[in-house]
Amino acid sequence: MEKNDHIFGYRTLFAVLLALLTLTGLTVGASFIDMGKLNVWVALGIASVKASLVLMIFMHLKFEGRALILSFLSTVFFLAIMISFTFWDIAFR
Amino acid sequence: MSSHIKTGESMKTDEAGKKMGMWLFLYTEIILFGGLFVLYAVYFSKYTNDFIEGGKELNRVFGVVNTVILLISSFAVAASITAVQKGQRKIALWSIGGSLGCGAIFLVNKYFEWGHKIAIGIYPNSEKLLDGPDGQNLFFGLYYVITGLHGIHIIIGMTFLAVAFGFVLAGKVTAHRFALLENAGLYWHLVDLIWIFVFPLFYLVI
Amino acid sequence: MEPVRSFFETPSPARYTGIGSWLLTTDHKRIGLMYLFAILFWFLLAVLLGGLIRFELMFPGQTIMGAELYNSAFTLHGVIMIFLFIIPALPAVFGNFFLPMQIGTDDVFFPKLNLLSWYLYMLGGVIAILSLFSDGFPDTGWTFYVPFSISTNTNVSTAVFAAFVLGFASMLTGLNFITTIHRMRHPKMGWMQIPLFTWSLYATSWVQLLATPIVSITLVLVIVERYFNVGLFDPAKGGDPILYQHLFWMYSHPAVYIMILPGMGVISEIIPVFARKSIFGYKAIVVSSMAIAIAGSLVWAHHMYTSGMSDTAVFVFSLLTFVVAIPSAIKVFSWVATLYKGSIEMSPPLFLALCFIYLFSVGGLTGLVVGAAGTDIHVHDTHFVVSHFHFTMFGGTGFAFFAALHYWWPKMFGRMYNFKRAYIASVLVTGGFVFHYVPMFILGMQGMPRRYYDYLPQYATGNFLAGFGALFMIIGIFMMMTNLMVSLRQARNAPADPWGGVTLEWMTPSPPPLHNFVSEPRVLDYPYDFSGVIKKFAKKPKGA
Repeated sequence: MEKNDHIFGYRTLFAVLLALLTLTGLTVGASFIDMGKLNVWVALGIASVKASLVLMIFMHLKFEGRALILSFLSTVFFLAIMISFTFWDIAFR
Repeated sequence: MSSHIKTGESMKTDEAGKKMGMWLFLYTEIILFGGLFVLYAVYFSKYTNDFIEGGKELNRVFGVVNTVILLISSFAVAASITAVQKGQRKIALWSIGGSLGCGAIFLVNKYFEWGHKIAIGIYPNSEKLLDGPDGQNLFFGLYYVITGLHGIHIIIGMTFLAVAFGFVLAGKVTAHRFALLENAGLYWHLVDLIWIFVFPLFYLVI
Repeated sequence: MEPVRSFFETPSPARYTGIGSWLLTTDHKRIGLMYLFAILFWFLLAVLLGGLIRFELMFPGQTIMGAELYNSAFTLHGVIMIFLFIIPALPAVFGNFFLPMQIGTDDVFFPKLNLLSWYLYMLGGVIAILSLFSDGFPDTGWTFYVPFSISTNTNVSTAVFAAFVLGFASMLTGLNFITTIHRMRHPKMGWMQIPLFTWSLYATSWVQLLATPIVSITLVLVIVERYFNVGLFDPAKGGDPILYQHLFWMYSHPAVYIMILPGMGVISEIIPVFARKSIFGYKAIVVSSMAIAIAGSLVWAHHMYTSGMSDTAVFVFSLLTFVVAIPSAIKVFSWVATLYKGSIEMSPPLFLALCFIYLFSVGGLTGLVVGAAGTDIHVHDTHFVVSHFHFTMFGGTGFAFFAALHYWWPKMFGRMYNFKRAYIASVLVTGGFVFHYVPMFILGMQGMPRRYYDYLPQYATGNFLAGFGALFMIIGIFMMMTNLMVSLRQARNAPADPWGGVTLEWMTPSPPPLHNFVSEPRVLDYPYDFSGVIKKFAKKPKGA
C-alpha cells in the first residue's frame, strides 16, 4: 500500500545539508554586493533553491504522487497570486 | 462487510493518507505566513531604504547561526527517518534529540536577540520607533510579528518531535509504520522553510 | 428478517452510552447531527436578530433600539450568519453525514479530528457569546475594517478570536474531506463517478483549506494591533489601511464560494432525482465547480472599488469578476437542461431547489451590477449590496440548506415530514423573501446606505414594506422547522429510498446502520443512471 519505500541514504542527506550551507554562504556573500533592485530577487532566488532542496529531498516531495505535487504547486501559486495581485493596487497608486 | 470497501479500520494503516493529511495542514501554514509576506512585499516596495537601514540593525551573526542551526536540525530529522526505515532505533533517537536541541538553541538565540532589541528601545509602539522613519517602524513591526509567529511554530514543532521521540522510544514507530515521525518531520521542515525566506528578507536586506 | 439496528442504537466507540455516546462519538453521522442542532440554533437566533433589525428600520428614528445597539446587532447578525451558519452548514451537517456514504465507505479518514472540529465549532460559538458581555459586542460590521476595529472599545478581540477558532474548525473539516475523497472511495468509484454533491465538497474543501488561513492571520493582526499598536495598518505609523481590506477579502471572497458550492452540489443531486433523468453535463458541472473555486480566488478586490485603491486594480478586478460569473451560469443551464423533457415529480426538495435556481440567479445577475466597477460606484455600501448578497447567500445557500433538509431528512431520521405543510412554509418563505429583499434593491438604487441606523424620509416606505416581507419570511421559516421537528414524533417508517435516488446513500436503510451499509453498495458506471430506478418505481409510492 505504501507508495514509496524509498530510503534516502545518510550520505545523500548530508550532501544536501552541505549544499544548503553553501547556498547560505552564497546568499550572505551576495548581500555584500550592491546590485540595486536585483538584490532582493537574487536573495529570493537562492532561498527558493534552498527551499526546493528541503522540499524535494528532506520532505520527500521528489518521490510523492501526483496529488501532493500538484496540490503543493497550487498552494505556492495561490500565494504568488496573493502577493502579486495586491500589487495591481500598490504599484499603480 | 465485504473487503472491497475502504473502511475507517483499514485507514489506520494507510500511511500515505496520514501523510496527505499533514501536507494539507502544511499548506494552511504556508498561507498563514503568506499573509504576512504580502505585508512585507508591499512595505518593502514602499519603504525600501528604511528596510535596508532596519536590516543593518539586525545582527547578522545571530541570523546566520540560526539559519545554520535550523538546516542542521532538518538534516537530523530527515536522518532520523532513514534510521527508522533501516531499523536503527538508537540513531533515530539521537537524531530527533539533536533536532530538539537545535530548536532549543534557536529559541535561546531569539530570546537574546529580542531582549537586546527591546533593551535599546526597538519594540512595537516604542518611542524610538514612533519618532523614527515610518518604514523602519513597519520593518521592525513585521520583524516582531513574523519571528514571533515563527517562534510559536518552533515550539509547536518541538512538541510534535518530542511526541515522536516518545513513540520511537516506546517502539511504536517501526520501519513499516512511521507516519507519526514522518509527519512530525514534515512539520519541522516547514518551520525551517519559513525561516529560509525570513532570514534574507530581514537580515540580508540591501 | 431482523430489522437492522441504526446508528442511533449503535454508538461508536461502543463503550459509551447516553449523552457520552454523542459527545465522544467518532461516528460521522452523529457528528453531522450534532452540528445540525447547533447550526439550527445559531441560524434561528440570527434570523430573530435580523427581524429585530428590520423592525427597527421599519420606522424612521428610534423604534426599539438605540444607535450603538443597532450597530452591534447588525454586526452580530452578520458574524453569526456567516461564521456560524452559512460557511459550516452544508459541509458540516450534510457533508459529514453523506460524503462517506456517497463514496461507499464507512467514515471519514480522520474521525477523531472530525470530532475535534465539532468541539472547535462549539468553542467558537461560546467565545462569540462571551464577547456579548462587558464592553459589548463589536459595532464594526462583520468585516471588522481598520481603523475602527482597532480603536473601538467593544469586544473586538474576543469576537475575532471566536472567528479564528471557527476558521480552524473549517480548515480541519476541509482537510478531512480532501483526504477522505482521495483515499477512501469505493474501488469501483473513479473520479468521474463521484456524485456531484461530493465533488462540490471537494472543491469547497480546497477553498476552506487554502483561503481560511488568510483570515486567520488577518484577525490575529487585528488583535496584535489592538494590544501592541504596531501600526501595520495605521497611516500615522506608515501603515496602509487598505492592506487590511486586501487581506480580509482575500479570504472573504473565496468564502462566498465555500458558501455556495455545496449548495450547488445539493441542487445537482435533487434535480436529476425529481426529473428522473440523468444530470445534463456532469463533466461541465465538475469542471465548473473547480473553476469557480480557482477563479474565485482572483477577484477579491471587487469589494474595494471605492476604497482608494488604484484605478488599475479597479479595472483588473472588475474584468476578472466577469469571468467568474461564467462557470456559475453553466450550472444553471445544466439544471434547467436536466429538467427539460424529464419525468418531473414535484416534492418539497424539488420546490425548494427551483426556488433556489430563481433566487440565486437574481443574486448572480445583480452581482454583475456590483461586480462592474462603473455601476458599483453608485450602489457600493447601499442596500442594493445588502439585497444582492441576501439573494445569493440566503436565496442561494440558505434555500439549498432547506432543500437538503427536506431531501435527506427521511434518510437521517427514518421519518417523512408532512408535505402540505412543507409546501406552505416554503411558499411563505419564498414569497416573504421576495417581498423583503426586492424593496432593498430599489432603496439601494435610490441611495439608502447600508448599516445606517436611521434614514431620510424618502426611504420610509421601502423600509416599511420590507419589514412586512420579513414577517412572512420568518413565519415561514419557523413553520418549516416545526414541521420537520414534529415528524420526529412518528415511528421510523421511511423506506431506504423514498425518492428514487441513485447515489449510494439511498441503497441502505433509513436511518443507516453504524457502518453505513448492510451489504456492499453497488457502484453504478455512471452516477446518475436512472434506468434501474425507472424499473423499480413502475408503481410509485406517494409521499406522506
